[in-house]
Amino acid sequence: MTTLIKDGQAAKDIYLRIDGDDPIPDGGALLVSLPVWQDHWQRLTRRPDPIGVVLASHEHPEVIADDLENFAVIALEFPTFRDGRAYSYARLLRDRYGFSGELRAIGDVLLEQLHYMERVGFNAFELAGDDPLAELETARGDFSVWYQGAVDGRRPASVLRQARTSASK
Amino acid sequence: MYRYDEFDRTLVSERVAQFRRQVARRLTGELSEDQFKPLRLMNGLYLQLHAYMLRINVPYGCLSSAQLRALARIARRYDRGYGHFTTRQNIQFNWIALADAPDIMADLAAVEMNTMQSSGNCVRNVTADHYAGRAADEIEDPRVWCELLRQYSILNPEFSYLPRKFKLALTGSPHDRAAVAVHDIGLRMYRDEQGRPGFEVIVGGGQGRTPAIGKTIRQWIEPRHIILYVEAILRVYNLYGRRDNIYKARIKILVTALGIDRFRELVDAEWEQIRATGPVIDDAERARIQACFAPPDYDRAAAGDDPSPAAGISDPAYDAWLRSNVVAHKVAGYAIVNLSLKAPGRVPGDLAADKMERVADLADRFSCGELRINHRQNLSFVDVRRRDLPVLWRALSTLELATPNIGLASDIIACPGLDYCSLANARSIPIAQDLSRHFADTDKLQQVGSLTINISGCMNACGHHHVGNIGILGVDKRGAEFFQLTLGGSADENPSLGDRLGRGLPQADVPAAIERIVDAYLALRGDDETFLQTYRRVGIEPFRAVVYEPQGTTRQVA
Repeated sequence: MTTLIKDGQAAKDIYLRIDGDDPIPDGGALLVSLPVWQDHWQRLTRRPDPIGVVLASHEHPEVIADDLENFAVIALEFPTFRDGRAYSYARLLRDRYGFSGELRAIGDVLLEQLHYMERVGFNAFELAGDDPLAELETARGDFSVWYQGAVDGRRPASVLRQARTSASK
Repeated sequence: MYRYDEFDRTLVSERVAQFRRQVARRLTGELSEDQFKPLRLMNGLYLQLHAYMLRINVPYGCLSSAQLRALARIARRYDRGYGHFTTRQNIQFNWIALADAPDIMADLAAVEMNTMQSSGNCVRNVTADHYAGRAADEIEDPRVWCELLRQYSILNPEFSYLPRKFKLALTGSPHDRAAVAVHDIGLRMYRDEQGRPGFEVIVGGGQGRTPAIGKTIRQWIEPRHIILYVEAILRVYNLYGRRDNIYKARIKILVTALGIDRFRELVDAEWEQIRATGPVIDDAERARIQACFAPPDYDRAAAGDDPSPAAGISDPAYDAWLRSNVVAHKVAGYAIVNLSLKAPGRVPGDLAADKMERVADLADRFSCGELRINHRQNLSFVDVRRRDLPVLWRALSTLELATPNIGLASDIIACPGLDYCSLANARSIPIAQDLSRHFADTDKLQQVGSLTINISGCMNACGHHHVGNIGILGVDKRGAEFFQLTLGGSADENPSLGDRLGRGLPQADVPAAIERIVDAYLALRGDDETFLQTYRRVGIEPFRAVVYEPQGTTRQVA
């Protein structure tokens, strides 16, 4: 059982997962696999309810780069925490393809990875565990300094150093 | 050298606090060993055969005397009174208790050191020419770029879960002392036709079970673009490197599978995308870091010193030491002095706590309070006034750190091997000890000349056996330790992988086999030819014959 955390709050997951030959219901928000999207996009886009897509770790978001306006959510899967491809996918979706909707981390999402994930653009997480909100808070409190600029817009140490130097002049 | 400011200090202390919480969760059982393993590895903590091993970064090999004293205190308090310098400009402690690890990291943070990413599938400690900023043949000091790359890679949110580990090495000299061709990315500085310094970018080199000499992906790039270009390589690797088999996950496998031309297309396409918008190296930040590497105030009067000081010394050992261990400095009147951690019978790279403290004192007295660690597991003082050489030699001799063997046969690289390592098949250290005793005679050493002997206890090749002029690889044959020899490897600017000589030998036969190889070389060599030059000229057969057919009539070498 997992809990959805979105923008730092516990949230209700309104999306029904659709994969393989699952029947596509007429109403309700759906989170569909990439093959389902590719096979049924005409039908899916005619429905009034929100649509999201799930990308497995071998599915590069380039293939949906032209479809992004259709998606309220994109979920990127971590089949194991060791598989770090989705960090790059998230960054590309935000920085290069300009996706501004919900970017959700699913699968093997661990406490220690949350701050990396937030930095590359994820704003939603499906977390296991008893108290995922507390976990997120702990993870967010781990670091207050970053060496790199990233999608989250936090200013890296190099920028803060120069800001401090010019302020003291 | 680079000094932490409040941002570096905060980041490192936050990392220590985070790890302290993780260790506490492990000790209460909240985290299983499986869950804890990736966390401890990202902090350089391995579980070895007998205890935890902690690997500490010495970024691009630069260490202060205060840091060395802190390492001595750690060795005494938390280990068994010694540490081990590795081929990656790290120091390892082999007898660490898990519960002590956070305290050790806090002690390290107090002297601006850390263990972050010294293991794990992330960008590891950035290594460099250990003479950086001092070598007479250097174009530019590469350390400002090393430090920028270090900061870029630490806790990088996109590249902390790469397919496999990732090693960067830099040199600012045409003569490669950093083995850049056997790293995931190697950066070698040289001047283009207009005389502008830039980096050749080499990718996909490595050792391990699938050794490869790196290929040039970019002939020349302006140094200020280097972070972005590395980012492009890392992104292509993160997206396309194999994740189904850890033995095929290094970037060298991807480069080989795609071919360097296709790989270059992918990287250049990525670089074109990011070069307009990606992170730019801020000139002010670069200047701040550069200032950390400003040379000390050299005494101009030193240029007038006697260039070969030997006041009162008529000892051939001193002359041998001058020849082997003392290197030209870019400033007249100064020298670079190598401290050999390879005295006969010693464990390569090991240094006892009391010697660390004595070395720190000597660094303060003779070399501006700094020293370097190099990938051949020795130390260097890089700012020694030449007139101090006799006094320094005497002091180092009493510490057994003046063995005149740098770059010679007894300057052996050896991994920790089966004495410590849970991956090893065989013991490297006893072989190294045997061979160093075998080559204890200074005259013989000097006669043989330049020769690297590298020993790895398993195919993971931490002892760099593939690029030793003579490589020795420990293998397991039905439960017994055997050693396979390779010849002709080299990690310099003309790199090559060694060729396998033949079937593995039992440990007892290795010194005699090396002796026969060396004697064959002495019989075959032309004027001033090194072992490697002779080998490249005559090939492997004469050496194979003396090792495997020593009784043969035609090839026998007495």
